[in-house]
Amino acid sequence: MQEELFTSGRHIPNIDPSLQIWHWPIALYLFLGGLAAGILFFAALFYVLGKGKEYPAAVKIASIVPPISLSVGLLALVYDLTHPLYTWQLYTTFRIESPMSWGAWVLMIVTPLSFLWAFSYYRESYAKIESKLNLFGRLKFLNKFEKFIQANRIYIAYALIPLSVILGVYTGILLSAFNARPLWNNAILGPLFLTSGLSTGAAAIILLSKSVKERHTFGKIDLGLIIIELALIIHMIMGYYAGSQVQLEAMELLVGGEFTLMFFGFVVLLGLLVPAVLELIELIGYKVPVIVPALLVIIGGLIFRFIMIEAGQLTRYLY
Amino acid sequence: MRYAMVIDTLKCVGCSDCVVACQTENNVPHGYCRDWITEAVSGSYPNVELELRSERCNHCDNAPCVRCCPTGASHIVEGGIVLVTANECIGCGACIESCPYDARYQHPDGYVDKCTFCHHRLEKGQLPACVSVCPTKCMYFGDLDNPNSEVSQLLKNRNYKTLAPEAGTNPHVFYLI
Repeated sequence: MQEELFTSGRHIPNIDPSLQIWHWPIALYLFLGGLAAGILFFAALFYVLGKGKEYPAAVKIASIVPPISLSVGLLALVYDLTHPLYTWQLYTTFRIESPMSWGAWVLMIVTPLSFLWAFSYYRESYAKIESKLNLFGRLKFLNKFEKFIQANRIYIAYALIPLSVILGVYTGILLSAFNARPLWNNAILGPLFLTSGLSTGAAAIILLSKSVKERHTFGKIDLGLIIIELALIIHMIMGYYAGSQVQLEAMELLVGGEFTLMFFGFVVLLGLLVPAVLELIELIGYKVPVIVPALLVIIGGLIFRFIMIEAGQLTRYLY
Repeated sequence: MRYAMVIDTLKCVGCSDCVVACQTENNVPHGYCRDWITEAVSGSYPNVELELRSERCNHCDNAPCVRCCPTGASHIVEGGIVLVTANECIGCGACIESCPYDARYQHPDGYVDKCTFCHHRLEKGQLPACVSVCPTKCMYFGDLDNPNSEVSQLLKNRNYKTLAPEAGTNPHVFYLI
């Protein structure tokens, strides 16, 4: 048996304990970015399909979520930087090989678009708030601006469809590009995070929807996405299982290791299987409060990001 | 021109002189270092072997840190040396996450720091600080593109290994075994 024991190894007091340099803000951002990508994708898609009236929550009401979640997510990202005064350096260059550069530029475009989208539906969907704030009464130019945005909404929608997909995929590719962290370094993470983001987006729309028909449609969509996500998770674990030693060790964290309960209990069971069954029961015709599966999906998505960030940084090459 | 470092694990005694020389030369903040000694014991009793290695940034050809850097602060200069421009670095940590050798750290001032192969000394025709102080002369530094250089000759005539070659980084610190 060849085993390598590190008798002294590295003892660098300020480096080794802090190699886990990505903390909760990154996990929170990955969740919020995915959520925003999901909502924006459905909003733009259903608008392009001409179904804004049938699906008001997806296209109009939920539009308030992406600008907020993206703003909070961006603040979280900057909070986790250690040299934050130089953040502008992201926008002096475009590095085609760096997923983070892609993400920075996509966010730079998507975030303003999400604000414009929410703004164009603000007066229609949030009439009560507007009657209190009276923003349009006080700032006259907003009326003209609103008309301009509403007239060009279709172009925003066309732009948002691919951009939201890039945003959703990038949250996963960001991690999978790091070949030093075997848990992250697999090609399935991009599609998996995209599916999870779309699924949490659909769940958020279900939460905000008041129409039974819309909730049913998004229940179906969410069910489909959950099934895809489960399949992708199985593929991910199969990939580790068939992989090299470092990937086997990475898999052990999720299967039979310290993250097993969190992953299979809270993400797979409570975050995917239980809501899938509940949504199925509801589709058959039984009465299930839709808030339960939707909340489970959203919380499961959040826990999933935290597990991947925490566990991924424990995995490394041993030599 | 392709700089490389060759370290003879059979001659290294793990004295950490290279570590102290680097900290002094590069003004590395207290508690941090750009190179370190790894003592690895392998095998099972009674057939055990001890290997001492002075480790640092491997100045890889296919450097994942340079690929993942979103601002271009991490870059490769002539001779294949991977450097970080402090005032372009935002401290996002992407390079730290992508390095299989854990060779990078966040400087207390915020930016990411690492071994430079003592680039400033090379410009003056001097050897890296760690190489120049090694009391057992187990460290060699030179140009791999020159077939007659000491490093090229050592790699031609001796058995060697690199660290985590399966990471696909094509490292340029070689260990004679």
